[in-house]
Formats: sequence, structure tokens, C-alpha cells
Amino acid sequence: MSLSSFIFGKLALSVFPDSPIALGGGIFMVAMVLFVLGLITYKGAWPWLWKEYLTSLDPKKIGVMYIAVALIMLIRGGSDALLMRVQQATSVGNSQGILSSEHFQQIFSAHGSIMIFFVAMGVMFGLINLVVPLQIGARDVAFPFLNSFSFWLFAFGAVLVNLSLILGDFSTAGWLSYPPLSELQYSPTVGVDYWLWSLQISGLGSLLSGVNFIATILMKRCKGMTPMKMPMFTWTVLGAMSLVVAAFPILTVTLALLALDRTVGMHFFTAGAGGNMMMYVNLIWAWGHPEVYILVLPAFGVFSEIVPVLSGKKLAGYTSMVFSIWAIVFFSFVVWLHHFFTMGAGADVNAAFGIATMVIAIPTGVKIFNWLFTMYKGRIRFLSPMLWFMGFVVLFTLGGMTGVMLAEPAADFQLHNSLFLVAHFHTMIVSGVLFGYFAGIVYWFPKLFGFSLSEGLGKAAFWFWTIGFILAFGPLYFLGFMGATRRLDHYDASLGWQPLFEVAAIGAVLIAIGFVIQVVQILLSFRNREKLAVGSDPWNARTLEWSISSPPPAYNFKQLPVVAERDAFWTHKQISAALQYEPLANIVMPKNSASGILIAGCAFLFAFGFVWHLWWLVALGLLGGVVFVLKRTFDTDTEETLLASTL
Amino acid sequence: MKRQLSFVMFVLGGAILAAMYICFEYVRHGPVAMLDPAGPIAEGELQVMLLVAAFSSIVIVPVFVLLFYFAWKYRATGPYAHITHEPNWDHDSPMVEFSWWLVPSIIIVILAAVAWRTSHTLDPYAPLPGERTLTVQVVALDWKWLFIYPEEGVASINDLEIPIGVPVHFVLTADAPMNSFWIPQLGGQIMVMPGMTTQLYLEADRGGIYKGYSANISGKGFAGMAFDTRAVSEADFDAWIAAGRSAVPLDAISYAALAKPSEYNVPMQYSLSDSSLYNAVANSHMGTMQPVVPIGPNQASTTTYDMMPDGIKM
Repeated sequence: MSLSSFIFGKLALSVFPDSPIALGGGIFMVAMVLFVLGLITYKGAWPWLWKEYLTSLDPKKIGVMYIAVALIMLIRGGSDALLMRVQQATSVGNSQGILSSEHFQQIFSAHGSIMIFFVAMGVMFGLINLVVPLQIGARDVAFPFLNSFSFWLFAFGAVLVNLSLILGDFSTAGWLSYPPLSELQYSPTVGVDYWLWSLQISGLGSLLSGVNFIATILMKRCKGMTPMKMPMFTWTVLGAMSLVVAAFPILTVTLALLALDRTVGMHFFTAGAGGNMMMYVNLIWAWGHPEVYILVLPAFGVFSEIVPVLSGKKLAGYTSMVFSIWAIVFFSFVVWLHHFFTMGAGADVNAAFGIATMVIAIPTGVKIFNWLFTMYKGRIRFLSPMLWFMGFVVLFTLGGMTGVMLAEPAADFQLHNSLFLVAHFHTMIVSGVLFGYFAGIVYWFPKLFGFSLSEGLGKAAFWFWTIGFILAFGPLYFLGFMGATRRLDHYDASLGWQPLFEVAAIGAVLIAIGFVIQVVQILLSFRNREKLAVGSDPWNARTLEWSISSPPPAYNFKQLPVVAERDAFWTHKQISAALQYEPLANIVMPKNSASGILIAGCAFLFAFGFVWHLWWLVALGLLGGVVFVLKRTFDTDTEETLLASTL
Repeated sequence: MKRQLSFVMFVLGGAILAAMYICFEYVRHGPVAMLDPAGPIAEGELQVMLLVAAFSSIVIVPVFVLLFYFAWKYRATGPYAHITHEPNWDHDSPMVEFSWWLVPSIIIVILAAVAWRTSHTLDPYAPLPGERTLTVQVVALDWKWLFIYPEEGVASINDLEIPIGVPVHFVLTADAPMNSFWIPQLGGQIMVMPGMTTQLYLEADRGGIYKGYSANISGKGFAGMAFDTRAVSEADFDAWIAAGRSAVPLDAISYAALAKPSEYNVPMQYSLSDSSLYNAVANSHMGTMQPVVPIGPNQASTTTYDMMPDGIKM
């Protein structure tokens, strides 16, 4: 090995993008980053940012950072989606569209990976951080430092995935990178390595968060909040985090095996030398199927909070709801094979997994009935969270029907990997997951910031999203029936698909407008924050987080609450009685720490070194990580006490 | 503000209606492959989809009706809400809650029975009844399909010729990354993998040209793997076979050239001079390590050596 290849690894001048669109994307991203950094410097905001956010161990601050990173990544993933829609609307017959096939393939691979790992997971962990400690009457999560470390792993994963815009390329093998396409033989560039390592470090963060929130929910609930008195959002988070802890190790191992194949020439999944690609497909979906329920369960939880509050009624069928969560948790682990009925497993195996899949429709249907009968005899206020709920029920139910179709192995042989499938899972993830999270952001925003989001713009955003969604994905169901497969960068004019792709592109533009409205909504509401200021309980809500000031103090509860029933805050409002509290005592709070950034930063260097074969950087990252972990371990000055007399 | 909002709603609503009209026109006139099955498998699979749609409606229609009825009737601004409001209503009896579980369960039991039955009747590996069966060996290459007719002694690229009314037994492997072989009007797909053989039985019961695709991303030229399936009469099929027998020969050497990556290949016909070609291709990924030749700046070795004992064959 020559000295220069030791120093630079696979880096060379040729790693910069050459196509105008890729170059433009890279330059735009760099310009935006420089602009934001410059703005922070100009405003002299670094000390404030460092103290209040970057090194903070307060889950409320960490939650805000999760959502901020996720929204930035939504711009990236959404731009990818728009480019794909333009390409498929224009690349027909003699026209090659705006993208080369390789660039198009990078874009859909990035779109899927980013939307799942850095948008959906990001908003989910953001909401969980914001809400769960407040909702269970706790001051903090079980492991505050671990929480900060998890976030920074997630954030550095997001940085790594975006670096591929300016250095080298991204994977062309799809968001799950099936081998042998993702093996060195067919994907020799660094693209798949970027995918591997950005998922690896952010996935590790997710796993640690899962541990953290299980511990938080089990150990940190206020006195009297027995399991069957927990708010429903907390229940769904417990279910989702149990899935995280069980499923993410599978992802970690699968990615590690693929990395061994690619980096040191092993043969776990290669096309030759005894490698078995079907093993990878099984493993990745053994993680991948629980993953979609990890995302959707908290969204169900959000709706289970919003519908009772905005209907002025208690949740109908609480016990059914809890059982349905755990039925979903269990069954989501025994259905992974339905992602590849077409691999030829045989009729008995396919039928067994198909039936297990359909069984999940039962607890999900029960949840829908729970929400409907919560509305029954209520007083329903159609504020924007309720609109997101209505849109969710309509689209999600239809998406559920297409899901049952796909669960029938016989039908799946036709529908698999067609645009019908693409339309199906976007229906589930956009209307199920994203609509739920949007509703949750609107709902809890006033609690975190002390002012509410502009309602008119919120409703406008809802209509653009919903109608844009129908226009963007309705045609995809039809295109699937017409035989259009996913991931086509070009198709023949005689197939007659173009008008439907054009409608889909219009729908994508409407969705983009909806997103812009949401950004404007946040900015304008911030400007009008004095006019939009609210008290502690703007929705006339039911759970404990609404019993404290908006925004809450760093320690959440001056005195920890003691509850005797479900929806204790609501019950006490009904009888005009004050909540019960533990006696006032000293409060122990964690001190800020930069160790999370430093350790996760070392993980980033380690991963970047692996992507570009910079072995000295790998060693440096590993060494730095060990040093900073040890330093944190021996740091005894991590907490501060607020004296009761000063509160 | 209210007027502006209703204008926006009007425009967006109009856009939806226009889009639905376009979709409807397509279903009516356009080439909607799955709604126009040309063989028993595609027909059966369409029936399953329609059955699911029908049974799911038993839950979906009431959900929609209840959702909008409750939303309208119990709206806070409406005349009923303050009279009917019962903030602590949960459910009148356990039977109500039980019925939420029961109704979806019954439908799923029915659909599960359908799943079990049709998984077997429409199993891609299950032979179709017929006087004779045509065997076509399929090799997915970068980025084209090679069809080998071992008994007829011909082969073709991106051109699948089959006789009407004769079951076709596809035997498939890949000399490329994973692909999926799919002809929507004839029936569902099966994945095609290197070092592995999968099978698929299809039949065309009327003549026509049916588009086929690869449904699984396999690299740069994957979009160009569309091909025509021609279902023709026995006489036309025999004529096509006869033409193929006098075409350029396909042997190990010309195969090696053909297997090199190429995009948007035009249909070609070959005479088959080596009838064991398919087995050689399928086995080539089984026992030996393939040479790894990255295109990047760092070269790897090109050595080939045996990894598996000879006894392990497919």
C-alpha cells in the first residue's frame, strides 16, 4: 500500500459529482449549511446554542433538535421525491428525462433511506422525548446522558448520508440494498458504504433510545400511575420501543455482515462462494417489518390522545386498545416473509405468513373502532389535529385494504414490486405515520413553546397534503395495475403510462406546497407568538403534561404528581379539585454534557473512515471514542441539585 | 379569509375530480394489464384481489359512514352536541367492545381461508394441466432476458414466444443481480437469483402481445429489461422455432460475450448448440468464487478457486 493510498484511501479528485443536478444539489446544501453557520456566528448565538441545546440533556431540548434535524432531512427526502416524479413524468420514449439512470437510482435509494431513518424515526423520537416524561409525571428520562448520545448518533448519521452529495456517490441498490447488487462485484463505489454506515450509527442511536425509553416508562412513572392508568401514547411508545430493542440488533448484525462482505472480502451474501442473498433478504425484513410498526404505533398513540381531547370524551375501550397494541407488537414479528412471497418459499410457508399478516388487520381495525366510538356522543372540535385524524382514517383504511390484498400470497405475486405496492406503503407511512406526527406536533407545540401554531395555515397545509397525496399516489395504484414496476428511470411511450405519471407529479408539487405552508406556519407563528400565546391547557386536555406551565420548567414538575386514576388531570378539572402532589423536595438534575457530541463525533469519523478506506481515521475514531467514553465514565460531577427552598 | 379558503377548496376539489376522470378513462380504454388477464393464473389472481376488496368493504364502508356521520352529528358547533354529550361514555356493554374484535375477525378468517386455498391453487410451482408442457429456461442477464428452449434447440433475447393454450414451465436463474420475472397479463412474478433456480407455470389462453418486465432493481440498465411475450398459434410457433434453428448459434463462447452488461437490447434469436448451457450458468454461481473486479481506483485480485466440494450441486 502506497503512502498516498494510506492517507487518502479511496478519496480522489474524481469523487466530486459531475452531473449538473447532483452538483447543484451539493452546492445548494453546502451553501445552506454555510448560511446557517454564518447566521449563528453573526448573531453571536453559538454560546446560547451550545448551552441551551447542543449540550443539553433535557429531553424537551433533545426532542426539539430531533424534530429540527428530521424536518431538514424531509427537505432532502422531499426534493428527491420531486426529482423522481419529474423524471418519471418526462423520461418516456425518446426522451431521457432530467436524470441519468444511475443518478435516478441513487435518488430513490436516498429517498427511502432518508425518509424512514432520518425523517420518520427522527420525528418519532422527537415526539417521544417531548411528551413521554411529561405525560408520566417524570422530570427526565431514565438515562439522560444516553439520550443525548443517541440523538448525536442520529444527527451524525444524517450528516454522513448527506456527505454523499458532495463526496462520491450514494447507493444505487434501493433503500434496503439487496445483495448481490449491493455487493462489491456489482456496486464497487462507496455508495453502498455510505448507506451502510449512516444507517449503522443512527440505528445504534435508535437501539439505545429504545432501551432508554423502556426504562423510563417502566421506572419513572409518577406515584399511582399503574400500567392500566398510563396515557395511551405512553402505551404505544412502550410497544414501539419493545420492538426497537428486539428488532434493531438484527439490523446492526445484518449491516455488519454486509460490511464484512464489502470491506474484507467475506461471502455472507455474495452470488458465489457459498454466499446466500436470501439470508440477507430474510434478515433485513426481520428488522424491516417491525420497523414499520415501530413508526406507526406512536402515531396511533398520538391519535389516541387527540381524539378524546378534541371530542371532549374519554377514550372508548381503553383495555381493547392496550391489548391491540401488544397484539400488533407480537404479530409484527411473525410476518416478515410477506415482503418476498415471490422468492419461491412454497405455498404452505407463504399461506402461513399471509394469514399472520392479515391477522394484524384485526387489532388495527379495533383501534379504528375505538377512535370512532370515542367521537360518538362527543363534542368534536374540528381543529387541525382532528383534520389530520380524519384524513388518516380515510386514507389509512383504504391503504389497509390494499395491504390485505398484498397479504394474499396469490395476489401478491402480481402486485409485488409494482407501483401498487409503492402506493400502498406510502399510504400507510404518509397517512398513518406522517399525518399522526404532524397532528402530534401541532397538538404539543403550545406546551413546549408557550404559543400555538396558526390554525388557518395548519388547515391549509392539511388540505394541500391530503389532496396532493391523493393525486400523487392514486395514479400509482392504477399504474401498478397497468404493469408499471417501481424504480423505473425510463419507459416506453406505447405503454400509455405518462399521463398518470404527470398527475402524480402534480400531486407531489401540491404536497411540497403543503410542506412549505407548514414551514411558513412555524415561522409566522413564531413572529406572532405574543398574539398566539396560550396558557397551560389550551386544548382542555386530559393528561398530566397539561397541568404544568407552557413552556414547562427544565425540571417539568416542581412537585411530582400522585395520581389515582386514568386521565387524572381531566378528572380533577371536572370536580374542580387540585391534583395531588408529593411534598416539595430538592430536585436533582443532570448537568449539560458535551460528551454525547464527542463520542458520536468519533463514531462518525470511524464510519467515514470505513466508507473511504481511511484506516488511520477508523483507528482515530475508535481511539477517540474509547477515550471520551472513559472520560465520561470517570466524571462524577454530572448532576446538580436545586434546593427546594429556592424553587 | 373564509371566501379565499372556499376558493382554494374549489380549485383543489376540481383538480381531484379531473384526476379521477383521467384515471377512470384509463381503466375503461387504456391498457390496464391486470384487469385484462390473458391466462388462467392472471385470471385467478385478479379474482383474489376482487374478493379481498369485496370482503374488506364490509368493514370499510361502515367505518366511512360512521366517521362522517359522527363527525357531522357530534360537531361542537352543531345543534346536538350539547344535548347528547356524554363525556364519560365508554361503551354500553362488553358485547359492544367484543363486536369490534368479532367483525374484523370473521372477515379475516374468511380471507385466511382464501389465502390458504389460493396459495396452493395458484402456486407458481404447481404444474398446469395440459396435453403437453413447454419448458423455457430463463436467464436474467445484465440487462436483458435470455430465453432458452432446450427441447426445441433455440434461444432468444428479450423475445418470448409461446403457443396459445399450452402450459409453459419457466425454469429461471440469473447471471446478474437479483431480478423478478413478471408478465402481468399472464400471471404473477417469481424472483430470479444467481446460483438458484426458481420455477413458474403460466399459460396464455388467447393470442396477443403481452409485456413482460423485471420487477426487481438489478442495476443501471434495469429499466430496459421490458420484453414482449407473443402468444401465437402452434403453426406460428413452429415457424418461429424453425427460423431460430437457422439463426446464429449460442454456445459457451457467444454466451460469454452476450452475458456482458448491455442496455436496451433489441430482440434476437439464436440456435442453441449447447443444451446444457442453462445448467452451466446456474452452477457457475454455486461452487466457485467469482472473480471480483471493482471498477474503482483500487484493484482486487482476479483469482478463481474452488470453495465447495464437488458433491454440492443443485
